[in-house]
Amino acid sequence: MSATGIGAAVRRKEDFRFITGKGQYTDDVVRPGETRAVFVRSPHAHAKIAKIDASAAKTMPGVVAVLTGADLAGDKIGNLICGWMIHSKDGTPMKMAPHPALASGKVNHVGDAVAVVVAETLGQARDAAEKVKVDYEVLPAVVNPAKAKSGTQIHEIAPKNTIYEWSLGDAKATDAAFANAKHVTKLDIVNNRLAPIAMEPRAALAEYDAGTDQLTLWNTTQNPHVSRLVIAAFVGMAPEHKLRVIAPDVGGGFGSKIFIYPEEVVCLWAARKVRRPVKWTSDRMEAFLTDAHGRDHVTHAELALDANGKILAMRVKTIANLGAYMSTFSSSVPTYLYATLLSGQYDIPQIYCEVDAVYTNTVPVDAYRGAGRPEATFVVERLVEVAARELGLEPPELRKRNFVKSFPHQTPVIMAYDAGDYNASLKKAMEIGDVKGFNKRKRESARNGKLRGIGYSTYIEACGLAPSQAAGSLGAGVGLWESAEVRVNPTGSVEVLTGSHSHGQGHETTFAQLVSQRLGIPIDNVSIVHGDTDKVQFGMGTYGSRSGAVGMSAIVKALDKVEAKAKKVAAFMLEAAEGDIEFKDGKFTVAGTDKSAAFGDVALNAYIAHKFTGAELEPGLKETSFYDPTNFTFPAGCHICEVEIDRETGKTDIVNWTAVDDFGTVINPMIVEGQVHGGIAQGVGQALLEGVVYDANGQLVTGSLMDYTMPRAHDLPSFNLGFTETKAPSNPLGIKGCGEAGAIAAPAAVINAITDALGTEQIAMPATANAVWSALQRATPRAAA
Amino acid sequence: MPTVSMTVNGKPVTGDVEARTLLVQFLRENLRLTGTHVGCDTSQCGACVIHIDGIAAKSCTTLALQCEGAKVTTIEGLAEANGPLHPMQEAFREHHGLQCGYCTPGMIMAALDIVRRRGNDLDDHTIREQLDGNICRCTGYHNIVKAIKAGAKAMAPGGASRQAAE
Repeated sequence: MSATGIGAAVRRKEDFRFITGKGQYTDDVVRPGETRAVFVRSPHAHAKIAKIDASAAKTMPGVVAVLTGADLAGDKIGNLICGWMIHSKDGTPMKMAPHPALASGKVNHVGDAVAVVVAETLGQARDAAEKVKVDYEVLPAVVNPAKAKSGTQIHEIAPKNTIYEWSLGDAKATDAAFANAKHVTKLDIVNNRLAPIAMEPRAALAEYDAGTDQLTLWNTTQNPHVSRLVIAAFVGMAPEHKLRVIAPDVGGGFGSKIFIYPEEVVCLWAARKVRRPVKWTSDRMEAFLTDAHGRDHVTHAELALDANGKILAMRVKTIANLGAYMSTFSSSVPTYLYATLLSGQYDIPQIYCEVDAVYTNTVPVDAYRGAGRPEATFVVERLVEVAARELGLEPPELRKRNFVKSFPHQTPVIMAYDAGDYNASLKKAMEIGDVKGFNKRKRESARNGKLRGIGYSTYIEACGLAPSQAAGSLGAGVGLWESAEVRVNPTGSVEVLTGSHSHGQGHETTFAQLVSQRLGIPIDNVSIVHGDTDKVQFGMGTYGSRSGAVGMSAIVKALDKVEAKAKKVAAFMLEAAEGDIEFKDGKFTVAGTDKSAAFGDVALNAYIAHKFTGAELEPGLKETSFYDPTNFTFPAGCHICEVEIDRETGKTDIVNWTAVDDFGTVINPMIVEGQVHGGIAQGVGQALLEGVVYDANGQLVTGSLMDYTMPRAHDLPSFNLGFTETKAPSNPLGIKGCGEAGAIAAPAAVINAITDALGTEQIAMPATANAVWSALQRATPRAAA
Repeated sequence: MPTVSMTVNGKPVTGDVEARTLLVQFLRENLRLTGTHVGCDTSQCGACVIHIDGIAAKSCTTLALQCEGAKVTTIEGLAEANGPLHPMQEAFREHHGLQCGYCTPGMIMAALDIVRRRGNDLDDHTIREQLDGNICRCTGYHNIVKAIKAGAKAMAPGGASRQAAE
């Protein structure tokens, strides 16, 4: 392994600009003549718009325009769409309600945009927005997803507020397996609703060039090409080739910046209307009101086991809250990203899952770090842990008895696991976490008046989204390949244009590590270019831990082509047969001779083209590839959480965290560990602290960082990490993906630890001090050992 | 419009501002120092932390006019142009204390204030408690804590790369 090649903990190339304040995020970009947009938003969860009076606002100082949904409709700007078709059990398509970028006649959640004010300054736009008078006729709000079907109908297209009633698996065979079971474990689970909260709020800056009829959008997006495609092809803002989307530095995404939101549509439209650049930057309260939320499932789950603790079947019924409108990928999250992972790491013969997706008068819900897989893992790992307790087995023992041990393994819920060693990660985690010493530590805690518990989560996820044909057959409206272009310059330096997008993942470093190793050139001679539809060929963006497994595989394919072309050039230079040219460590050699040419010389010769004719070889050294994976990848591992609970206050402290993950090949362990740390923190946040709360009228109670509890440094421990490695067989690098593992594994580990400490399974997320204290009052804890 | 004058990163600056202009707006919009970020509107997240007369403050809840005559230091003022990085900046890079980079300027400025108040020999518990006013969504804080500990040590007299902060 070289100091900068695959496997090296290379310090990040992108860091210099971030630690010196030179990053360029969307709000940092300024265009000449820029105006500022402020949205007028609904204060009601559900209401008819009787009248909008913008006359007073229009006369306010600095106001350039006040625009409403009627203006938007008048200009024939289309609706936002959900790009993944799901069919109900009865074969009917999902009920996708119209989602205009500015409300048309009716508002469906608090924060729904009703009008936009464009003014010279932010202050003037805010002042004028307060003068827009909107008369509402308030309607009853639907808030609780479990009661959505009997609530006031929100959209004409969706009776009983039902988007789809979907199922996966064999219901009859599952019921039969349950009938023969010796033991059935049952759980009711609420997977709490979360706010993603990337630290950089969303922003959009749109500019129209009347001379070329060209629109440019700077936007906080994880996938600029998908954004351009939707805004061009579905919203109909402009033809695709007349719209450029730039995602400059993006300050975190976690899924929330995948989606196409109303604000960027409105900024583009307004910029063309007022012939001036229009910028909108969300404030944090607006972010709580408008960024797509995550999770929000209500589930009943059952696990059937035989007398030996062997799992026979699983039955799951989930209600998924998708909020007021169907966000870009919302339909896929509680279906193909959820039910397909219900087999966990286990050999389960039969699984049947039903999912009802419903509308409510809340912010749309879509993918948030893990997207469906954290919800599945929570169901599976809670069921398994509780089953072990009920059967009097050690939780690791029950898991071992049911692990998938041979590969490939076809689950009853679509996925075909291709490689893994679940025992290895469990064993290593139990060693690192000193599980043997737990009882001693528990006694020590008891002496200090505290309850100690241990909880496991042996999770699996499907990453590397996704084989396009498979995704298409499941309803995806797009292919999920990735593209790469490798441009070798005449001086031998290299630019890689990638369709992946980095918003904290460190692609500028890891992708350069791959190129540096493969071409034998210094890592400083490699630049990674991403996030601009005018520079990069089409790309699908970054989410679902896909940039390594899919994005880097595309780069490998392009590098293969570069090497093949460079060998032809070298053959002319070295006057040898192409088949005799070998390439290693940045040097082309002729087999069996001492003739050689350095990579840089070959690059130069490719461009000066003095050694070959155009009839023999095209000049230049630049190759493009589109890589479509052949399977999902299946990262898996074991997280063990140890908690200590203060009996007096109910406060839970995480005192020990061990994570052993199998991500296949690791390009940069420093970056991968960082991804795991961040994921665990988000999972712990879900388990202990975070939860979006709406009141019965659909008012958002947790509308600021004073009300919504983000994990802070003192809420978390340092983490003990380890790795095991089985290569992913489906891609050339053997990468599985690491971005979501922590968030997927952590919530079940925490709740399993708390319930172990408390001796009751009756605790919901977030397990706040209040919730734990209340549970302690209800239950008599198992005697401390 | 009132006029405000202050020293920012060692340079005297003057601007005409609306009375309601926040310091962070003045820095970002008038001076184009966009390294200082806004992550919330309730003084919770700390992305906007700068130093006023050597003491950390949240520039999102400080009016520009309150800083008349003050010496303000932002992330852009920590290292001299073309000079070496400040040891705390270097520690964040070395220990991978940042991912998306958005909270980072505020984290570094807050970290320097922890060193000012609590010295160069910091334990994990102290750092975690003292970081209460700064939120990061990417790192889980693990590497930020490591970075601050190492950066504080490096800043000590005789430390690896002592350099005056401001």
